[in-house]
Amino acid sequence: MRFQLAALSLRRHASRTLLAVLGVAVSAAMLLDMVMLATGMRQSFASLLGRNGFTIRVSPRGTLPFDTEATIGQARDATVAIERIAGVTAVAPVLGTTIHVLGGRNPVTAFALGVDPAVQGDYQLLDGRGPTSNALVASDALLRATGARIGDTLDVAVGFDPQLRTYTGRRRVVVSGRARFTYLSADDRAAALQLASVQAMGGADRTDRVSLFMVRTVPNVDPEAARVAIERALPRVTALSTAGAVAEAEHRLSYFRQLAFILGAVSLIVGFLLVTTIVTVSVNERIGEIAIMRAIGVSRSHVVHQIVIEGIGLSLAGAAAGLILGLFTARWLNSILRGFPGLPDAIDFFLFQPDSAFRALALLVVSGIAAGIYPAWRAASLPISATLREEAVG
Amino acid sequence: MSGQPLLLVRDAHRDYPHSGEPVHAVRGVSLDVAQGEYVAIVGPSGCGKSTLLNLLGAIDRPTTGGVTIAGTAVSTLTDKAATRFRLTNIGFVFQRFYLLPVLTAQENIELPMAEARVPLAERRDRARELLGYVGLTARADHRPAELSGGEQQRVAIARALANRPIVLLADEPTGELDARTGGDVIALFDRLNRDGMTLVVVTHDEKLAGAARRVIHMLDGRVIRDEPLLRRA
Repeated sequence: MRFQLAALSLRRHASRTLLAVLGVAVSAAMLLDMVMLATGMRQSFASLLGRNGFTIRVSPRGTLPFDTEATIGQARDATVAIERIAGVTAVAPVLGTTIHVLGGRNPVTAFALGVDPAVQGDYQLLDGRGPTSNALVASDALLRATGARIGDTLDVAVGFDPQLRTYTGRRRVVVSGRARFTYLSADDRAAALQLASVQAMGGADRTDRVSLFMVRTVPNVDPEAARVAIERALPRVTALSTAGAVAEAEHRLSYFRQLAFILGAVSLIVGFLLVTTIVTVSVNERIGEIAIMRAIGVSRSHVVHQIVIEGIGLSLAGAAAGLILGLFTARWLNSILRGFPGLPDAIDFFLFQPDSAFRALALLVVSGIAAGIYPAWRAASLPISATLREEAVG
Repeated sequence: MSGQPLLLVRDAHRDYPHSGEPVHAVRGVSLDVAQGEYVAIVGPSGCGKSTLLNLLGAIDRPTTGGVTIAGTAVSTLTDKAATRFRLTNIGFVFQRFYLLPVLTAQENIELPMAEARVPLAERRDRARELLGYVGLTARADHRPAELSGGEQQRVAIARALANRPIVLLADEPTGELDARTGGDVIALFDRLNRDGMTLVVVTHDEKLAGAARRVIHMLDGRVIRDEPLLRRA
């Protein structure tokens, strides 16, 4: 009967209960969003880097991948050296450059990657075939900008000589496919060509050079040993594991986590105070009834349980509504934040992780239980005869 | 009076602190109430009637002195034990009925039985039986707000009888009723007493006091007169 009485007491002032549930739902939604924000970027970034099993990035010493235009020389030898290291299963060399697509009224500039199509993790082919010596795959943004389609031939150059006012490293290539580039935003104009093609188009400056190596290691084995071995074998490179890259990103975005933590804590406190207030008001209104219940032999524990159940009911309903509201608002905020230029398409700011989300909501429900304890204790501690006397006078 | 006293009060005092000064609500009251008696406690407002009733019902404890009900010294019970004792041995009826507004008449009657862990089917049957006893079978599914004052008080009486108490204590049970519905309650109490229930009522209502078999007069916290009335046919 405790559950029935608790439910009926909440239903007695339906509009007040509804408003309280909405208030808790807003707190829960904010808490959930903050948890999703605090953990989402980290997970999303780690997931992005870990795609296709590449766990180590090797870049010129002292740089992060594509942070500068520095390159690694003697790339073929370096590839062989890395492949010999225990735990390494594949090495994907990547050379980044800027290309100009000529032929139109204005040349279109794009970012190009020279890759080994057999071992690459930079793009996902959506349509057509991969790059060959005279073919490239392009992003939708580049296809839109050039008006090209699969099968069309493009006049591409990798440099411009301002004195001669001519493009250098020109080559006519066929668009063999359409691709989504993993580490670029959907609006980035991008193309992937064979590594040898990009190196050849770049001339002597780019011969046998790469911007970075992406290294795939044995699954489910800590790549740290392989990372250390790479740096030992190639003294002029920096090898960065996914965990290291995530830690670096986390360090740079630590203010996001702190803000999320503070706002999450505020949401939790607001939810707690809201439930305490509503249950206290409800108990104060029923002080006479509670005194009568105690007088006719209803135990303190019954009174405490009933009131705590009311707090739990408000918290549970608020948490359930907050889960839905939180997911909607996270999706909306995510779409806004993902619209920032230059962000990889696969990065999410708010990532729903059931474990973290349900832990946060469980914390809210626990705070709801705690919120019911004070008014319950007050109600159960009523001096029965004095309360009845005051009620009779009142 | 005949037989062993059911209620026994010995030199009971009850003081309340009020603005730093003690208020002597009950001063040295001693009385016995036998099984099957129908006692009315009367007196002016503030004379200690309700406080004495609370002592008799183990709601309150005397500052000094003792209260024994059916051989149990209730004034020495722990709060938990006193609560259990009230649940199973004492029926309370209050001036303002105090039914739970969210429950139907039948559910209000079932509440003390649910607390006493009476099985569901048994408490349903008992609640219907009691509703029949107080003449409200047709009102079983009505909530208090849908009942008249007299009907609410009859439901409150049925609730008080739910766990088959050994004594029914009533504090101004006709205080908020008009003459006709008050008369119904008086008739119900009379019937209860004829059926063997021990009744102690605190009242200002002369008709209700006149229906009792014994009237205790109080003034300033003391019993000033204790008179048996002629038993009517």
